[in-house]
Order: sequence, then C-alpha cells, then structure tokens
Amino acid sequence: MKALKISNLKKTYRGGLQALKGIDLEVDEGDFFALLGPNGAGKSTTIGIITSLVNKTEGTISVFDLDIDSHSVEAKSLIGVAPQEVNFSQFENPLEILLNQAGYYGINRKLAYHRAEKYLCELGLWEKRNDPSRTLSGGFKRRLMIARALVHEPKLLILDEPTAGVDVELRRSMWDFLIDINKQGTTIVLTTHYLEEAENLCKNVAIIDKGNIIENTSVKSLLSKLDIETFILDLKEPQTTPPIISNYVYHMLDQSTLQIDISKQQGLNNLFKQLSALNIEILSMRNKYNRLEELFISLLEDNSTNK
Amino acid sequence: MNTNLYLTAFKTIVIKEVSRFARIWIQTILPPAVSMTLYFVIFGNLIGPRIGTMEGFDYIQYIAPGIIMMSIINSAYANVVSSFFGAKFQRHIEEMLVAPIPNLVILSGYITGGVARGMMVGFVVTLVALFFTELHIEHPVIVVSVVLLTSILFSLAGFINGIFAKNFDDIAIIPSFVLTPLIYLGGVFYSINLLPEIWQLISKFNPILYMVNAFRYGMLGVSDINIQTAFVIIIIFNVVLFSLCLYLLNKGIGIKS
Repeated sequence: MKALKISNLKKTYRGGLQALKGIDLEVDEGDFFALLGPNGAGKSTTIGIITSLVNKTEGTISVFDLDIDSHSVEAKSLIGVAPQEVNFSQFENPLEILLNQAGYYGINRKLAYHRAEKYLCELGLWEKRNDPSRTLSGGFKRRLMIARALVHEPKLLILDEPTAGVDVELRRSMWDFLIDINKQGTTIVLTTHYLEEAENLCKNVAIIDKGNIIENTSVKSLLSKLDIETFILDLKEPQTTPPIISNYVYHMLDQSTLQIDISKQQGLNNLFKQLSALNIEILSMRNKYNRLEELFISLLEDNSTNK
Repeated sequence: MNTNLYLTAFKTIVIKEVSRFARIWIQTILPPAVSMTLYFVIFGNLIGPRIGTMEGFDYIQYIAPGIIMMSIINSAYANVVSSFFGAKFQRHIEEMLVAPIPNLVILSGYITGGVARGMMVGFVVTLVALFFTELHIEHPVIVVSVVLLTSILFSLAGFINGIFAKNFDDIAIIPSFVLTPLIYLGGVFYSINLLPEIWQLISKFNPILYMVNAFRYGMLGVSDINIQTAFVIIIIFNVVLFSLCLYLLNKGIGIKS
C-alpha cells in the first residue's frame, strides 16, 4: 500500500507564483523518504497541502488510499507533522501542548497523558514538561514539535527540516530516535538541507526544483550515478615535493594533505599501490563533499541548464 | 466514532480557552470589574441623583443592566479576537488545522470560550452592581437567553475580526472605533425615548440597542424596543455571523495560503 500518493499536484499562489507545476509522487508504507530541494523549490508547499495548511490549485493526494478531500477526517488522523517553523503556543508548557494536541485527535485525557509522558521521556523533555515553552532552547523546541507530531501515533510522519539549527550531538540522537520510529512501522517523509542526513536515514529520495520533481529514486541508485568522488587523504609524513601518481587528478592542499578525484572505474586499489610504492603512509581518508550533496548540486545545475 | 472525536476536540478547545483567560485573570476579569465600578460610582452615585428617575427607576438601577451588558459584549468579543489572532500570530492555529477537527467544532470551541468569559465577567460585574443598587430579575429566562445570544453574537464578531486581522492594530481598531461608540449609543445610559425622533430612528439601526433593551426588560421589565423584535434581530445577527464565520473558515481565508 502507498502511504502517500500525490498526482498532478499544482499550486499557484495569489500573485501568480506557480509553486508546484503538477508533481507526482508515491511513498511506500514503511519507507523513510527524503524530499529534497533548494529554498523555494516547493517542498514546504507540498507538505502544507498534504497537511491541509495550504489550499491546492489542482491534483489529488491520498494517504493510505484515503483521499484527503473526501476522507479528510480519516486521512488527517493518519498524519503527524513537525513543521519547519516553531508553531506552538509560547505560553503553554510542553505537557499542555501535547495534551491539547492529543485532544484535537480525539484522544481522551488519560491516554493523552500516558502518550505525552512516553514521548516527552523518549525525546528528553520530561524534566521540562512544566516549563513555559518559550524558555526552551532551539533544540528542545524541535524535539517538542516531533513529540507533538507523534502523540496521536500517526502512520505517516512528515518532518520539515526537523534538525535545522540543532547541534551535531542532538542531531545524531534525533536520527537514532527517527530510525527507531521508522523500524516500528511509521512511514517518514523528511525534508532537510543536511544531505548527509538524507543519505544516512532515507531509503528513497525525490528532488524537487522549481515546482517539478527532477529525480525520484532510491538513495542507493542515486548515489550509484556519482561518477567521480573527491577524497581527502591525511598523510603520515609531510611531503616536501608533490608525489607523482599516474592516472589521477590530484593536488596537495598542504604538505600533509592530498586531495584526489577518483572515478568509479578507477577504484582505490591502484591508488594505494602507487602510494605504497612511494612509501607514503595514509593516516585517514574522507570524502571532501557529502556524496548526495555532489549529486544534488549537479542535478540542480542540469535542471537549470535544461530550462 | 467521529462523535467522540469531535466531542473530545471540542472539550479540549474549550478547556484551553477557559484556562487561557483564567490564567491571565488580571487582564481579563479584573479590568471590567474596576471600570464598571467607576461607572457605578460616577454615573450612579455622583451624577445619578441629579438626573432623578428614568422610566420609573433610579438612574443607577436603570443603567445597571446596560453596564452589565456592556461588559459582557466587550469581554466576549475581546476573548475570541485576541485568542484567535494570537493563535494565528504564533501559528499554533495550525495545531487545529492539521487535526481531524471540522471547522464547526473549531468555531464552536472558540465561541464557547468567548461565552464563558462574557458570562464570567457579567457575573462579576453583577456582583459589583449589587454593592451600589438593588437588582431584581423580572424575567429570568429572558435574562439568560439574552446574555447567551449576545455573548455568542459578539464572540462570532470577534472571530471574524480575528480572521481578517493582520497585526495587533487590526484587533484594536474595531473595538475602539466601532464597538465602543455603538455600545455608548445603544441605550446603556439613557432611554431612546429622550431623543428627538430622527435620532430614535437612527438608534434603531444599532443592533446593540436591541440587546441592551432586551436585557433591561429581563431585569427591570421596561424596554424601549418590542421584546419579540429584539429577539428576532439578535437571532438574525447570530445566524448571519455564524454562517459567515463558517464560510471564512471553510475557505481558509486569513489562515491558509
């Protein structure tokens, strides 16, 4: 079953801005799906329409085979959303926010309290349950929005840049939490500017640009399109003169750091053989760019060139 | 199944609304009590004895129903406009919009919040009035009906203001430049029978005149307006504003792009 099916979705704002030009998208049940795109590409408009915050101009959307127009109540009950911008009452505390949200989904107070306790604990907010939400740090506010999105235990969780502005440690712990939620059966649709996040978390990905879907595939097959990767090698001994390495494009960033482009056909073995022959020991090796980021940029450039 | 969902959602909105105005009672309940006390002191005790009687009642007795109604109108309106605009401004209205709640339930929740505050303030001001004058209730059913219908009506009006408001100025303009003049010219402090005929006619286009007089009739048994006419006018306004609110919500005007 498709957790989300979008057909020919169009949105033209008052003033004429055509944010979506007829997109089609399908997300399988249980998927962890990334919707990527530059600012203004149409990601938030798409999410806004799915969650009834934006009126669509044309097209259909169904959630677990329920049309969001004709089966609005049932469809909405299956969706949880954590938006990009903070949108809870600054005067209420986290516990009140979760209890109220549960109430809007018809969950009685007793069960709502149980759920609120569960998700506030899981997201490390229980100690802050009675603090006014305006006093929470940015990271806690993000977590609170995820807890609120989960309080009615939706089958489809939509996260619009959930880790924006969150420090690295917290981001990693949120990733673990989301992976766990996904493993328990919740379908997750994620938008993010951190392409490393999409690469690490998501199975499938769609890239949207200027209101069109320009790529829709699995993360694995998308990454396989990457022909050349740029690596940074940290060398054990400084090199006073640059080493001679045949068939590779490379240069020294400094005496101990080598940047090298490696195509899929070349592989790494030949490089290591050549470096060993030159008695150059490698301490560590890393990608210069995130792989998905490289592809993302090249796809957007192609899309601009084709226009 | 959906009935339970709607009831729980409705209860949640009402609890949230009542908790909101109860939590800030210094801003919501106390000010009308203080300003109405001043009205009773100035217009009732100081100026009233010089005016004498009106329609057979002491002036302070005559104005008491109007003053109570004025506080109900202002409070019901202010509650909904500030709460709904606040929810729009902070964007937590989206919590309700993404949830499976019909617009009718959202509207009913906000209106019930406005009615609750209107009645609470009306009760407090009535207690204040009892310090200054004796109050009799001639027709209890009419009193309760008028209070209920009037607070619903002004909650709906506040809701519409909240929908169209784009900034905090927009929620202050209507109460200052429309509501207050209409209340003051709506027979709170005088009988329209004292006015020249042309002004009596003009006054009859003011809907608040009908509410104040219907309420005064319920309390004192006197009114400048036929009571049936007053009820018809109030009910028509309620139906029109309620339909308009639902239309605006269904269209997403002011809340959806």
